[in-house]
Amino acid sequence: MRVATIAVHTFKESVRQKVLYNLVAFALLLIGASVLFGSISVGVEQIILITLGLSSISAFGLLIAIFIGIDLVSKEIEHRTIYNILSKPVTRVEFILGKYLGLLLTLLVNTAIMTVGFYGALFYQKRALGPGDLVFLGAVYFILLQLAIVVGIAMVFSCISTPVLSAVYTFCIYVIGNFSADLRTFGQGTQSALLGTMSDALYYLLPNFADFNVISQVAHSQSMPGYLWLGNSCYALLYITVLLGLAIIIFEEREFR
Amino acid sequence: MIMLALETIELTKDYRLGFWRNRTKRALDRLTLKVEAGEVFGLLGPNGAGKTTTLKLLFRLIFPTSGTARILGKQLDDLSVRFRVAYLPENPAFYDHLTAQEFLSYVASLFGLRAAEQRRRPGELIDQLGLSASRNVPLRKFSKGMIQRLGIAQALINDPDVLFLDEPMSGLDPLGRREVREVILRLKERGKTVFFSTHILSDAETLCDRVAVLHHGRLQGCGELNTILRLGVSTTELVLEGPSAEVMAELTPYASSVIRTGERVRLEMPEENEVQRALEIILRGKTKLISVNPVKRSLEDYFLQKVGEAE
Amino acid sequence: MTSLPALLSQPRLRRRACGLLLLLCLLGLIPIQRSIDQRSESNREVAEVLFLPSGKVLRQLSLGYEGLLADLYWTRVVQYFGRKGLAHSSEFKLLGPLLQITTDLDPHLVIAYRFGSIFLADKPPRGAGQPLEALALLHRGIVANPDYWRFWEDVGFVYYWDLKDYAAAARAFQAGSERPGAMEWMRALAAKVAAQGGELATSRFLWSEIARQAGNDQIRKNAEDHLMALQATEEIGKLAEVVALYNSRQERPARSFQTLVAAGYLRALPRDPSGKPYILDPGGRVRLSPRSSVDLSLLQ
Repeated sequence: MRVATIAVHTFKESVRQKVLYNLVAFALLLIGASVLFGSISVGVEQIILITLGLSSISAFGLLIAIFIGIDLVSKEIEHRTIYNILSKPVTRVEFILGKYLGLLLTLLVNTAIMTVGFYGALFYQKRALGPGDLVFLGAVYFILLQLAIVVGIAMVFSCISTPVLSAVYTFCIYVIGNFSADLRTFGQGTQSALLGTMSDALYYLLPNFADFNVISQVAHSQSMPGYLWLGNSCYALLYITVLLGLAIIIFEEREFR
Repeated sequence: MIMLALETIELTKDYRLGFWRNRTKRALDRLTLKVEAGEVFGLLGPNGAGKTTTLKLLFRLIFPTSGTARILGKQLDDLSVRFRVAYLPENPAFYDHLTAQEFLSYVASLFGLRAAEQRRRPGELIDQLGLSASRNVPLRKFSKGMIQRLGIAQALINDPDVLFLDEPMSGLDPLGRREVREVILRLKERGKTVFFSTHILSDAETLCDRVAVLHHGRLQGCGELNTILRLGVSTTELVLEGPSAEVMAELTPYASSVIRTGERVRLEMPEENEVQRALEIILRGKTKLISVNPVKRSLEDYFLQKVGEAE
Repeated sequence: MTSLPALLSQPRLRRRACGLLLLLCLLGLIPIQRSIDQRSESNREVAEVLFLPSGKVLRQLSLGYEGLLADLYWTRVVQYFGRKGLAHSSEFKLLGPLLQITTDLDPHLVIAYRFGSIFLADKPPRGAGQPLEALALLHRGIVANPDYWRFWEDVGFVYYWDLKDYAAAARAFQAGSERPGAMEWMRALAAKVAAQGGELATSRFLWSEIARQAGNDQIRKNAEDHLMALQATEEIGKLAEVVALYNSRQERPARSFQTLVAAGYLRALPRDPSGKPYILDPGGRVRLSPRSSVDLSLLQ
C-alpha cells in the first residue's frame, strides 16, 4: 500500500534527524537522574521517580512531536521534493496519511525507548518489578494518545504556515488544551452569556488534554478510572480524524507555484 | 489508431495577485495543442512564457482556471495514467538523506513494482545514466549534473510511454547535455513520446519533430521548427581571415555588419544573391575564407518580430 | 438516481461530503467529553491538589506566570467552594491547601485572603468552620500586604463573630485603625467592641458599617444577611414577649398573630426583615416563614 510506503519513508527520514537523538538521550538522562532525586527525600523515592519519569516521557515526546511535525509537509514544499512525489501515482490523501503514520511510528519507537529506560530506572530502584507496574504502561498509552493529537495539530499547521510559526501555534494549543477546563470556568464565571457560550464552544473545540494526564494518580498508586480507557481512546480517535480531515482538505486545494 | 499522447483544449491559468487578490495575471492563455504518440515535442519559449505552468497543470500541482487536457486519452485527475507517464521538474530536488539506490527504490515502490523489479530497476538505471560510482552516495553530495541525471533515472523507473521534462538540459555541461540528448533519442527509437520544454533553440533543433512556441502565456505557433522560424530574411555570415584592405573596401558596402576580432573578420550579408558576388570578390582577392553560414535566428529575434507584428 | 460511487467521484460533492463527515466527528466529541466530565467531577481536584508540591515550588516552576496561575487557582477555589455548597457538603478539606497555593503564587491577590477567610471561617454548611485557619490566612495576607488595613477588619471579624473573643477583636480593629488610609469608623468600632463586646447592638453596628462601606457586592450582601438575621432575632424575641403577655392574660393561648392583632396587642401582622410574615406555630413559638430569606443559622 502506498500509504505504508510513504509512512516507512517518513519514519526513516525522521529517525535520521539528529535532534531526535539529543532529545531521547536527554530524556533518558533525566529518568536516570530522577533515581537520585528520590533518594534525597525519604519515603517518596518511588513517587518522584514515577512522576518525573513519566513527565519526561511526556515532555520530550511533545518536543519530538512538535519538532518533527512542523516540518512534515512544509519541508517537502519548501525543498520542492513534493513535485516529485505528487507526480507519481500518489493521491494527496495518501501523502498526508503516509506522512502522519510515519511520524506516529517515530513517536512510538521513541516513546518505547524512553519507556524501557523508565522501567530500567524503576527496576534499579525497586530491585524487582511486579504486575502492578504494568499500570504505567497505561499512563504511557495516554501520553501517546496526546502526542498523536499534537502531531496532527502540527501537521495541519505545517500545511498552512512556516515551521517556526507552526511550532509556536502548536505549543500554544497544547498549553491551552491542558487548561481548557479552567478556561471554561473563567468564561462561565463572567456574567456575560456571550462569553460563557464562547468559552463553552472553545472548550469543546480545542483538545482537552487534562483527562489524558494520569501521571499523579499513577504515581500515588491510585487506580486509573476505567471509563477513561474507552473515553480517551474514542476522543483521540475522533479528534485525530478531524485533524487529518482538515489537513487533507487544506492540502487538496493547495497549489504549488 | 494513433492515440494522442497529449491534448490540451483551451487550457488557461490565471493567478490572483496583490494583497487583496484583486489583480489577475494570466500565466497561460487558452493553450490548445496536440502531441502525437511517438514524437519528440518541444515546448519553446523564453523564461516566464508559461512552459513550467503548462507542465505543472498537467500534473495537477496547480489547477486550471478553465480548459481541459487529456494525457493518453485520460482526464488529468485520473491517477491511473500516472503509471504510464513520468515527470521531471525544473531544477529537481530529491531527498537529501537518501542514496541514489535508496531513492530510486523508494520511487519504484511508489509505482507498486514487484519486489524483484524494485531491486533490479534502480541498479539498471543507475548504470544506464552513468551514476554507478555514486550508487551509495547520499544525494546531498551530488552535483547538479548528477542530480539531473538521477532525475531522468527516476523518470524512467516505470518505463513510461510519455515523458514530460521541464528544462532537462538546464545546468548541464556539454557532456551532460549530450547524454541527455542521447537518452531522448533512444527513447524515441523505442517509440516513446517525449515532451520537453526549453528556452534553448539548438536543443530543440536537434531533437524535436515538432515544437510549440509560447510567449507571454500564449501559443505563438505550432509545427515543425523550420517552418515556424523561417520567416522573412535570412542573413548569411562570412568569416574571413586577414583580408586585404581592397577586399574589405569592396565587401563593406554589401555587409550589414562588420566585426573584427584579431585577424578574423565577420561579415553579415543580408541579401542572398549578393553572397555569390561576395564570394567571387573574396576568391579574387585570395582571401582566406573560414566559413559561410546562414545566420541562425535566435528565439528572441523571432519573438521580437512576433511582438512587432502584434503591435 | 445517481449511485453513491458516481456521486463520490465528483470532486466538489466529495469535498462537501468529507466536510460534513468532519463536522459530525467534531460534534461527536462533545458527548464523549461530557461523559468523561461527569464521571471525573470528584476526581479532578483530588488528583491535582493533593499531589502538588507546595505553592512555593509551583511558583518557582511557573516561570514568571505566577499571577496567571494564581488567578487560575483562585477560580478553582471558587468552583470548589461552590460545588461543595451545592452538594450541601460539610467537608471542605481541600479549601485550605487550595488557598495556600493561591496565595503562595500571588501574595498580593487580596480577594483570595478576604473571601478565603470568609469561606474558611463560616460554619458548615456555609463554610469550612475553620476560624483558626482563616486567621492564619489573614495574617499571611497582612505580612505580604502590610498597608492593606481591611485585613485587620476581617481579622477582627473572625475574632468577634466566630471565636467570640471580643478583646482580641477590639485589638484587631484598633490595629487596623492605625494603618494609613483606614476609615474613621474602625476606631469607633474598636471602642464599641471593647466596651460592649457581646451585645446585639454592637453586632448590628459592626455589620451595618461593613454593609455601608463595603467595596464589594458580595461582602455587602453577606453583611446585610447578618443584619437581617440579627434584626429577626430581636424581633422574634420581642414578639415572643408579646405572645407570652397575651397568653398570661387570656384564657386560651394565641393561635396566630391574627388573634393578637384583633386583640390590639399588635398593630399589624408582623413581617420579618425580608418581608415575609412571622408564623406562630402550634406550640406557641414564634418562627420564620418557610419562604423567608432570613438565615438564622448565621448567628450560631
